[in-house]
Amino acid sequence: MPEESVNQGRHGLPPQGVSGTSPGHDSAQKHVSGEALFVDDYPLPAGALHAYVALGAKARGRVTSLDLSRVRSADGVVDVLVLDDIPGSSDVGQVFAGDPIMVNPGDELMFSGQVLFAVAATSHKLARRAARLAEVTFDALPADITIEEGLAHQNFVGQAYTQQRGDAASAIAAAENVLKGELHIGGQEHLYLESQVSLCVPEEDGGMLVYSSTQSPSDVQRLVAAVLDIPMNKVIVDVRRIGGGFGGKETQATQWACIAALLAKKTGRAMKLRLSRSEDMPATGKRHNFLSRYSVGFDNAGQILGLDMQLTAGCGYSADLSDAVIHRAMFHADNAYYLPAARIEGRQVRTHTVSSTAFRGFGAPQAMLSIESIIDNIARAVGKDPLEVRKLNFYCAEEGRDRTHYGQKIDQHVMHRLVNRLEKTSDYKNRRKDIMTFNASSPVLKKGLSLTPVKFGIAFTQTHLNQAGALLHIHKDGSIEINHGGTEMGQGLFTKVAQVIATEFQVDLQTIKCAPTRTDKVPNTSPTAASTGSDLNGMAARNAALKIKKRLIRFAAKHFGVSTAEVFFANQQLIAGARKIAFAELAQLAYLNRVSLSATGYYRTPKVNYDKDTATGRPFLYYVNGAAVSEVLVDSLTGEYKVTRVDICEDVGQPLNPALDRGQIEGGFIQGMGWLTSEELVWDDQGRLESRDLSRYKIPTAGDVPQVFNIELLPDSSNTELTIYHSKAVGEPPLMLAISVWNALRDAISSISNYQFNPDLDAPATPERVYLACGEMISRAAR
Amino acid sequence: MIKFLVNQVESEVVDLDPNTTLLEYLRDHLHRCGTKEGCGTGDCGTCTVVIGQAEGDGLHYQAVNACMTLIGSLHGKQLITLEDLSCGDGLHPVQQALVDCHASQCGFCIPGVAMSLFAYRKNHQKPDRASIIQALEGNLCRCTGYRPMIDAAMKMFETDDKDIFSESKASVTGILNKIQRENSQVSLKAGGKSYFAPASIQSLSSLLLEQPRARLVAGGTDLCLEITQSLQEIDVLISLERVRELGSISRKKDFLEIGAAVTFSGARQELTALYPHLSGLIDRLGSLQIRNTGTLAGNIATASATGDMSAALIAMGARLRLRRGDESRSIRVEDFFVGPKTTALSRSEFIEQIRVPVPANPRFFRVYKISKRTAVDISSTCGAFNLCLDGNVVRSVTIAFAGMAEIPKRAKHCEQELLGQELCEATVKRAMQALAQDFTAISDVRATAEYRLEVSRNLLRRLFIEYGCVPGHSRGSHLA
Repeated sequence: MPEESVNQGRHGLPPQGVSGTSPGHDSAQKHVSGEALFVDDYPLPAGALHAYVALGAKARGRVTSLDLSRVRSADGVVDVLVLDDIPGSSDVGQVFAGDPIMVNPGDELMFSGQVLFAVAATSHKLARRAARLAEVTFDALPADITIEEGLAHQNFVGQAYTQQRGDAASAIAAAENVLKGELHIGGQEHLYLESQVSLCVPEEDGGMLVYSSTQSPSDVQRLVAAVLDIPMNKVIVDVRRIGGGFGGKETQATQWACIAALLAKKTGRAMKLRLSRSEDMPATGKRHNFLSRYSVGFDNAGQILGLDMQLTAGCGYSADLSDAVIHRAMFHADNAYYLPAARIEGRQVRTHTVSSTAFRGFGAPQAMLSIESIIDNIARAVGKDPLEVRKLNFYCAEEGRDRTHYGQKIDQHVMHRLVNRLEKTSDYKNRRKDIMTFNASSPVLKKGLSLTPVKFGIAFTQTHLNQAGALLHIHKDGSIEINHGGTEMGQGLFTKVAQVIATEFQVDLQTIKCAPTRTDKVPNTSPTAASTGSDLNGMAARNAALKIKKRLIRFAAKHFGVSTAEVFFANQQLIAGARKIAFAELAQLAYLNRVSLSATGYYRTPKVNYDKDTATGRPFLYYVNGAAVSEVLVDSLTGEYKVTRVDICEDVGQPLNPALDRGQIEGGFIQGMGWLTSEELVWDDQGRLESRDLSRYKIPTAGDVPQVFNIELLPDSSNTELTIYHSKAVGEPPLMLAISVWNALRDAISSISNYQFNPDLDAPATPERVYLACGEMISRAAR
Repeated sequence: MIKFLVNQVESEVVDLDPNTTLLEYLRDHLHRCGTKEGCGTGDCGTCTVVIGQAEGDGLHYQAVNACMTLIGSLHGKQLITLEDLSCGDGLHPVQQALVDCHASQCGFCIPGVAMSLFAYRKNHQKPDRASIIQALEGNLCRCTGYRPMIDAAMKMFETDDKDIFSESKASVTGILNKIQRENSQVSLKAGGKSYFAPASIQSLSSLLLEQPRARLVAGGTDLCLEITQSLQEIDVLISLERVRELGSISRKKDFLEIGAAVTFSGARQELTALYPHLSGLIDRLGSLQIRNTGTLAGNIATASATGDMSAALIAMGARLRLRRGDESRSIRVEDFFVGPKTTALSRSEFIEQIRVPVPANPRFFRVYKISKRTAVDISSTCGAFNLCLDGNVVRSVTIAFAGMAEIPKRAKHCEQELLGQELCEATVKRAMQALAQDFTAISDVRATAEYRLEVSRNLLRRLFIEYGCVPGHSRGSHLA
């Protein structure tokens, strides 16, 4: 910010862009003009090279030989990296060990897509071409590709867990009605538009400056240091912006940064490693696929009496984050429903596929899909509209129906109000009637409708991750610079944190610069994940601001001879009794009077705890609630369908930025819709990813957006917890609103049997699966 | 040498490997990094740029994928990238609308989105949702859910169309016409690789006789994948793009003649005038960017098993005019496909024209495409049905499918069950059954063999319902 523009600021006017208003994304102008630089766009230092990796082709086998002579002599090649070249650790597992950075001859190749070696060349194209020239021989080993195959061999990446309340088996046995079922739920490719990329620049004293598109700079820092065998203080990780993350760059960015760093060290030259899409897709982890089995007992009204649910996650070849994913799945097996007796089991199956990893929702979507399918099945069994059965089973403050199966008490009951409101605004009842009439007279086309809720717990379930730091500078011209540990991946975190600072000092948002996330500015950061970005970093930044505010207020009180109670910030000024001073002048004055204008801020989330041994505690600070109504039109002759209308009501507390929140809701919904509809991961029987490029893996397009798409932020819903300005998190929960699409499809299919039978519909509900379910429904109805 | 305009600046490329894509040229040579690589396979639109072409006194803008465009094809055109839209500190109305509507989150796809919308703004007087969606379906976004982009497309029309491009239109058109008139040899040579863009069919056919191993570029949306994904280097590339005789589409008395260099976008209007139902298929062939580049002839020549348009052309009874040297021959499209990725073309022979018969009336023509995703997806199955009916009696019938065999192919057993018969439940059932004799479908990432066969059968049922000889279907039988 040039000095004069601050000094000539609009003193005395209310500040622009404070919390609760909707300034645009801090980079929006730069995005649309092309000025926003992503790592692949950075000008390269002189002599910079391009690295690339060679991936194994088989699912599982032993590498018996690796002849790199043609690679070394290929056009443009400068150097090659094999496992034996690595000075430090060769395991890039972020939480648990077990993720080898590459494999040596003699080692086991655990999945198709595992890295064999890396090559450095003078261009991306030459490096990529050279990487394909190795002569590799394998001995194939038997591979487990599906969850069932992994289960058959009792092959797990981690232990099984159980959460239990009461005696579910007896409750189910004693119930008037019992349903059992099984559901296969597919994984999901993140498909961040910017593929994995790192640029490593060797620095003096053996250090390394790493530009990485990562959600977890401190983990990249730690593991780059580990592979290079140097202390963490010699590695700086810098992240300005990420071209889409969604969890896919929480652990999955690390390996590429480490390989680039190793080659940079080996050659002494700057090194860029960008994966092309056709290598990014087979080599990086995806959402876990799940197998869900359940048995539920309920009364004739549809009230659940007992639930036994077994959630089995397909974890791929290594543990990665699966332990935390299976926990979050188990924590959301109830979704919004009170389970009087419950036994929830979580298992982590090893398969010989790429390691499954974090993805928006982190296990919760799969568990929620399971319980939401159960609710619909109960409704059809008791002959009620599923919405009635949902309401009947919601948590509520009365009769002790406010405690989850893992013991957390729900303090703020939002769901009833939210769903009643949405039911009205979406005209649910009338549309339900109209749809029944339509379906009765339409033999081929069938309509479906569903309202599903989402209750999502906010906090990292690994308690220690719930901390954040910030570094705030006020320069003497009054311009403000904020660093924090969160990364900007499009969600608008930088904008929201700047809004917090603007609010504290009552200055224009333009006064504040969000600096790139850097591990030498704010250390030991948690990944930007679990929807906690603005909760954690907003609070840490605010705490830094409060420190400086306190100093400034004390100084001004003394300087102007008033009491501290008479000093406050308003309209881009400091007001001290009768005196008013522009913020920029205040900064200058404070500097001249030797007041520190720099501070760190720190925040740790209060109240959270969880005991894995007793499987009880309070893993979350609070819950975010939301609900969606989706309507679909299905062609039963082909299985093709359209989502014709969607209405959403989402609880974001007192929003920091309603426009950015709406963006998260819409974007999350469409991403969730993709997961449950057209996005199908397919592996061949040898474990090679068949859906390995964008001609074979289909995320939603503009044409898939429902023509009617109404979004409302629930009004008057301040967070009762002391979060940043009583806002609520918004990143992940909206993804699960798309479960309503899947349920609406089942509703449409079930209409073929006049809602007598429950369709068997695995996820994703591709046209083929919908067609098969329609066919099954037609034959069952005819019987 | 090739000559073109980078926005308004005349540029020449002399010794550049002709295997270079426009995307590589922009990022690695011009250091214009506003254009991003999202997939490199023409599926995501992140690298969308706009190409201006002189058409008489006018200038026509089209969105294309830079990763699917070889540098040689820029000759005589204007290249517009994101960097050209902003003027000084001010944003172009397209960019401003995207900002105002909160249409960028991570910002990686936005350059391509902005360019698609820029082309849309230039090609439309007023916006409508359906055509906006057509313009955006080739641009994947993983963050926003697209709604704000659709809103921005509406909003950008609130400002008039005056900009640096409208102001410079006359001069740009003049320069482009001048480049086209300069009868210089359009070619590129570097590192033993060559690119030729002959201007006449005569020079094309003699060039091909001299260079029998040359690869023809007729759009290049398939060929580029060999270069960017299989990492092959092609020694000799010959583009059809400048060949005068191949660039036109003309309506004769009995047929429509489509030159081999005519793109899907270029043929859409004339084709759908003859076969209105074809619009639903054409609008689902690739994305708008692909249709702006890809040609019908190129699509036929790749002999893909899932060539939807080939199935439609077979059903329409289209023929190809092939040429080698001075010799020409005519062949039915259905006879052109010999086997998987193999055609009837002999060495140095090429497709000159496609001739699509004018339909005789009364004609009942339908084409149905089934895919996992509606837009920009390869078919699980695609059925094309061309019937002449006298009341309910089938007087003639040609049915072809793509995605059901190794090549797009006629369903002759199925046709036999219908020919001369009265359309009734029993006839249709027999025809549906007969499809199993015509095809042995395969299972792959897109669909299983069983689904392919059953749905193909059901497409016959849909046809039958749409013809209106089944009672009780007033509610419709088709989403489109």
